[in-house]
Amino acid sequence: MSEIAFLLNGAPVRVQADPTRTLLDWLREDRRLTGTKEGCNEGDCGACTVMVTDADGPKTLNACILLLPQLHGKAVRTVEGITGPEGQLHPVQEAMIAHHGSQCGFCTPGFVVSMAVAHKLGRQDFDDQLAGNLCRCTGYAPIIRAAEAASDAPVPEWLDDPLPEVAPLPFRPETADELADWYLAHPDATLIAGATDVGLWVTKELRNLAPVAFLNGVRDLRGVAVTEDAIRIGACVTISELGRVIAPHFGGFAELIRRYGSVQVRNAATIGGNIANGSPIGDSPPALIALGAVLHLRRGTERRSLPLEEFFLDYRKQDRQPGEFVEAVTIPRQPDRLACYKLSKRFDQDISAVCGCFNVTVVDGVVTAARIAFGGMAGIPKRAAATERALIGQPWSEATISAAQAALELDFTPMSDMRASAAYRTEAAKGMLMRYFLQPRPVLEVGA
Amino acid sequence: MSVAKPLPHDAALLHVTGQARYVDDIPAPAGTLHLAFGLSGIAHGRITDIDLAAVRAAPGVVRVLTADDLPFANDVSAGAHDEPLLADGMVHHLGQPVFLVVAETHLAARKAARLGRITYDELRPILTIDEALEAGSRFEEGPRIWSRGDAATAIDAAPHHIEGRMEIGGQEHFYLEGQAAFALPQENGDTVVHSSTQHPTEIQHKVAEALGLPMSGVRVEVRRMGGGFGGKESQGNALAVACAVAARLTGRPCKMRYDRDDDMVITGKRHDFRISYRVGFDDQGRVQGIEFIQLCRCGWAQDLSLAVADRAMLHADNAYFLPNVRIESHRLRTNTQSATAFRGFGGPQGIVGIERVMDHIAHHLGRDPLDIRQANFYAPAGDQVTPYGMPVTDSIIGALTERLARTSGYHARRRAAAEWNAANPVLKKGIALTPVKFGISFTLSHLNQAGALVHVYQDGSIHLNHGGTEMGQGLFQKVAQVAAAGFGVDVSRVRITATDTGKVPNTSATAASSGSDLNGMAVKAAVDTIRTRLAEMLAQEHQCAPGDVRFADDRVQVGGADYAFEEVVHRAYTQRISLSATGFYQTPGLSWDRIRGEGRPFFYFAYGAAVSEVVLDTLTGENRILRTDILHDAGASLNPALDKGQVEGGFVQGAGWLTTEELVWDDKGRLRTHAPSTYKIPACGDRPRILNVALWDGENPADTIYRSKAVGEPPLMHGISVLMALSDAVAACGDAYPALDAPATAERLLWATRQVEVDEL
Repeated sequence: MSEIAFLLNGAPVRVQADPTRTLLDWLREDRRLTGTKEGCNEGDCGACTVMVTDADGPKTLNACILLLPQLHGKAVRTVEGITGPEGQLHPVQEAMIAHHGSQCGFCTPGFVVSMAVAHKLGRQDFDDQLAGNLCRCTGYAPIIRAAEAASDAPVPEWLDDPLPEVAPLPFRPETADELADWYLAHPDATLIAGATDVGLWVTKELRNLAPVAFLNGVRDLRGVAVTEDAIRIGACVTISELGRVIAPHFGGFAELIRRYGSVQVRNAATIGGNIANGSPIGDSPPALIALGAVLHLRRGTERRSLPLEEFFLDYRKQDRQPGEFVEAVTIPRQPDRLACYKLSKRFDQDISAVCGCFNVTVVDGVVTAARIAFGGMAGIPKRAAATERALIGQPWSEATISAAQAALELDFTPMSDMRASAAYRTEAAKGMLMRYFLQPRPVLEVGA
Repeated sequence: MSVAKPLPHDAALLHVTGQARYVDDIPAPAGTLHLAFGLSGIAHGRITDIDLAAVRAAPGVVRVLTADDLPFANDVSAGAHDEPLLADGMVHHLGQPVFLVVAETHLAARKAARLGRITYDELRPILTIDEALEAGSRFEEGPRIWSRGDAATAIDAAPHHIEGRMEIGGQEHFYLEGQAAFALPQENGDTVVHSSTQHPTEIQHKVAEALGLPMSGVRVEVRRMGGGFGGKESQGNALAVACAVAARLTGRPCKMRYDRDDDMVITGKRHDFRISYRVGFDDQGRVQGIEFIQLCRCGWAQDLSLAVADRAMLHADNAYFLPNVRIESHRLRTNTQSATAFRGFGGPQGIVGIERVMDHIAHHLGRDPLDIRQANFYAPAGDQVTPYGMPVTDSIIGALTERLARTSGYHARRRAAAEWNAANPVLKKGIALTPVKFGISFTLSHLNQAGALVHVYQDGSIHLNHGGTEMGQGLFQKVAQVAAAGFGVDVSRVRITATDTGKVPNTSATAASSGSDLNGMAVKAAVDTIRTRLAEMLAQEHQCAPGDVRFADDRVQVGGADYAFEEVVHRAYTQRISLSATGFYQTPGLSWDRIRGEGRPFFYFAYGAAVSEVVLDTLTGENRILRTDILHDAGASLNPALDKGQVEGGFVQGAGWLTTEELVWDDKGRLRTHAPSTYKIPACGDRPRILNVALWDGENPADTIYRSKAVGEPPLMHGISVLMALSDAVAACGDAYPALDAPATAERLLWATRQVEVDEL
């Protein structure tokens, strides 16, 4: 078996390991690098944040749900490697001391890594950059003060890592053709892209996943192509990348993505994974459905396309054959009328209770088209067909909205769980429709 | 002098570089074993069979233990002897440890622990306050009732009276470092335990009982915790005892840390409460008589619940003089996790109750709630007594609140919010000022003691040890500053060492905000002893009084001579003078009868107040804190930077408790919010963008360490200002009183806005 090879704090390492061994366990147990902490083991607290550099540059990832093969050919820095080789403190470390940014100190290494990466990237939107790091002691204010204080300092040169040349790994295809052949031969396999969901099958469900294939080396599933008619997004495009690409076209979608997981999660998770796992509360499907997106599937050499909403059949049941995988999703170009409203118990880094996405066309005060989709309102991400019917052909007025709100109850019978009650989900969904009405999109057309 | 300086946390450099060691980071010897509990899958029942064949056969498993395999005591309770390490025939909550897996790796232990097959005769669980009341399931024989005057008559005679009821949810500690312990077997059966605990002596005690050893056979060491918040006062016992027992039985070092989900399912949380009230008041809103019924859900074992419920009663007055008062407290036993200590220890729930009453009175009279609060404040004169008969002689709440109202622009902003609300149908603003008066001392009076051990080595370096534990609050740094001040040396000369039951025995938990009060004084006593010896030596040489010897700036001056500190120390060594001393402190003047609810349970009170402004979206109930201003009384602060850190952090933690942190159990007693994916503590973006924190500039009238005040718990209550501000925003949606329960999630807020509209019709 080939070895997984990467740089660790500037030094090359080669690892023979179970492909589902997490970076966090390996760092702590095999390398005794205990600065990286386990806080939750599910990618929600950020105490295990590490810096991973690949061809796209440095990014933060949660080591607890990062499987070793995902690091092949990359460079990893833990908190120990944020400090310079002679023990020099990084500017964010100095600032954290000066501004009293640590109390118990357990979350601190994760914060330091997130801050160092934000600093290297010149990011100053600290509330977003640090949304994936939980602190229970400080209340965050001193940490933000430290991040601000360090932001003008030069980036230490020791953080620049060259990427190692590596040999292919047998379970890590490099082209979609290679993946297609392999998956057809191994239809029971687990495909792993960002591992933000699959990682929990390992760390929480303690499942054995073999055989597995890691998709992050598949070059031709990664691109985004923007043409006159459509935006085609490869399945392995990360959510972070999607946010950057989509922002100029659909601001509301980009805003939704800003609240998708955390930076660490968005840096790992892929659009293909978010669609293929079929979660009723995945955040990108409702937005994509509202935009009329088309899904492209592939099985061996066969390819087919279908409207995204038709892919989701029932709770966790998708229209996907054994050996078939998501290759891309295409969004038709259109004026930006989309608004996305994510409702969760906590504003940042939380899973949606309800995610409502609205794409309504109004011409001369009359609704001519409407695509509305919700997450969290049914067992699948789902279009609000009755609501759309209640809007189309009607004047864009409060009375129409009231009628459409009533229709929402025909579209959905949501469930009650720890995130929200069924009644609240329905009520909030109605509120979102009203919010869309009250906050007209900038491109509402008046006159043909 | 090193006290009062805003120095960084002593471990800040270790924190930011990842070098700070927590229990799981201690290099383990080869052969170390790892532990995991097999848990009850039901909330209540009799175990009829435990089939562990698959567990024993699982890869890496070395040993599997049930209650029958334990050599001595099967008890990890804090004192009531009602909490077995491993279930003994019965299970009392879903998630209770039933068997213990000892394996070669952490992962192997976790995997094997899921393979046990336990069969039960299932009994109907008692999960809710209502079910417990109906079944008469409670601790103690009946409710505790404290009263003064005739509340019922006073209420009926008052010009106005209202009544109400409020649910107050619990809270998961969510210390970032989960529970952990590590036991190393020693010769002769002795044991050394590293534990992430606030209470090393209790760990020592429980481990000794479990191993059949005297306490002298067990040494417990705690360098630091990755957060505690009360959650590591008693909840670490199970892990430490499990490790010690497994280490004894296998002869190998044993380590245990809970996976986060296990941690949340097994360990206790803040007690949830239902508080009912009936209050009579005059036209100015002054309380004439008040009755509270506090229903407290304690979970399955007693743990610290009686003291928690007592403290809720003790804070039912908060900062207000209640002339006629009756407080009835029910401590209900349920088949849920055994609720435990959590920052504030019942005080926050008691204070939420009376703050709710103040808010309700204001709404009834159509007045600014701040006016009502101010009308009821304890007077500074000291002639008013608490419901439990303790004169309030140190009240600064009136002056402090007045200053905060001024510096925060409260009145102008309240008017601006009203104008905003008149003009905006969807987004409503709310603002509220809430005060805090918090009693400082353990209410179990004998716990108010502390010891310290100070060595000065012949090179002038100082080794500092005391009974307090470091969980992030900066206790070690503050106490080191006290030690340095005593010797007149720079704090860098003081080596802070891990809490160790072998150095300072019989310690109390680092809890009740008492850490620096108690241990600071004990350290000062030890330092004074050594310094006096040095001074006497020099005084004899220079023929002057010991009091004329001056220790400052790392120098010692006497009769015109000026020595380096280390020079004096070395001279004392050569003169065979002891350079080591213990120190001891007991808080003076406490007397407390918890059954009658009378006496002086507290040495003094800490005060503070907060103003929060929020905006609420009435379409969905979503909301944001726009700004918070806090003025907090830390007395003459030992370290203003660390104290402000406690205030900021405590506020955010309190706000989280009352807004997004919702614990949800299903009807089988399964905790559905058992990980950060479902249980939402505040994230970075939840803090107010404008957060102004200032410390009150007075010193503590009580004779505390350098006249400072305890600061751990009191600031948590500043989060109540957010709840009351949200209530204020809801009130702008209609005429009825919002009657908002906590946590005020977006869902509860949306329903509350609808309720006040409906009630208006």
